[in-house]
Amino acid sequence: MGATREPPAQKEVEVILTRHLASYLAMPVFVVDPQGNLLYYNEPAEALLGHRYQESGELTAEEWSTIWEARTAEGQPLPPEELPLMVALNKRQPSHRHMRITGLDGAVRNIEVTAFPLEGQGGRHLGAVAVFWETPA
Amino acid sequence: MRVTLWGTRGSLASPGPETVGYGGNTACVEVRGADGAVIILDAGTGLRRLGATLAGRDGRIDILLSHLHVDHIQGLGFFAPLFEPGREVHVWGPPSTTMDLRARLARYLSPPLFPVPIRELPSDLTLHDVPFSRFEVQGIEVSAGLVCHPGPTVGYRLREGRWTLAYLPDHEPALGDRHYPAPPDWLSGYAIARGADILVHDAQYTDEEYASRIGWGHSTLTQAVQFATVAEVKRLVTFHHDPDHTDDMLDRLSGGLARQELPFEFSPGWEGETFELGEGSRSGV
Repeated sequence: MGATREPPAQKEVEVILTRHLASYLAMPVFVVDPQGNLLYYNEPAEALLGHRYQESGELTAEEWSTIWEARTAEGQPLPPEELPLMVALNKRQPSHRHMRITGLDGAVRNIEVTAFPLEGQGGRHLGAVAVFWETPA
Repeated sequence: MRVTLWGTRGSLASPGPETVGYGGNTACVEVRGADGAVIILDAGTGLRRLGATLAGRDGRIDILLSHLHVDHIQGLGFFAPLFEPGREVHVWGPPSTTMDLRARLARYLSPPLFPVPIRELPSDLTLHDVPFSRFEVQGIEVSAGLVCHPGPTVGYRLREGRWTLAYLPDHEPALGDRHYPAPPDWLSGYAIARGADILVHDAQYTDEEYASRIGWGHSTLTQAVQFATVAEVKRLVTFHHDPDHTDDMLDRLSGGLARQELPFEFSPGWEGETFELGEGSRSGV
């Protein structure tokens, strides 16, 4: 007798629709769950992460947050809790900052990041979204 | 659990000789529990005839609204039990961030759209925001989940014993999905429909019609079948038929599908159809 496999839990519809929207956008977008796990990143974000979503699937917070070295615009190390996405997630408020990241390819990128929490009806905290813009140094 | 379809039409009531087979009344489904529980899914124009069968009796009635588009609430003003002094009626609907359910329903149940304000109804009416956690109504386990349709819209999953009915009358799970159907965890409505004995699901459009109606919140027959396949339901009952789809057209559309090998039973829902779910019964009788 084979073991029965529990079907995967369905994401909230707001998260599903956010993913669909992101899949059409030309700027990098990350969608994380309330624990910070990276549920989805779109094609433009793949260049930043150095992974393809179709290959990696979802990434845990530990997996994706250590891919980069993040620094402030002035070059100081940026603690994870000060990343806009983590501020949006933990403080449940929008956050924006100019920062530098060094990706897997070793390239230093100046980026602007805007992150906002996903707050569903009925007081449901669904995660957060970050949108990235690469800017001139 | 006995499930009766009192209104299967979508968007607009469409009575006439060309729709008499599948019916012209808008969304309304009666669910009777084994112990006599009376739960009504949506309050479209089909609610009027159902109300006539419930009038003058005792017992609580629960109406679960999927959303507040007019084809799902128009029957409320003509539901006889609401006009019976002291009759216990509970209406459940999806929450809104701006107005409670009473205020939103009052937009319809008040002049100039309707002569009797909701506050003047003599019944013992209680309005509830639907919780997103599992809850119980008259001994039947109910789960509600937001689904893809314009404005706050929920689908319902009703369970009694080991029998499950899933109700997704207005649902566009294909919206924006480049590779529809998505895997279960990324598929709107999956948690409501998964493994249901009966899935009542939106199938308003043909594939050709859908091309010019993307984002209107509805599915094609093809998409409904794909959804039901992923959800591994046992029976698909299509619903929310387009007002312009005649009996002949629905026969033609569903007839083509019935000849295919599907992993579930399939039938287009028709007004007056009843399904029995329980020991010793089979669905679709």
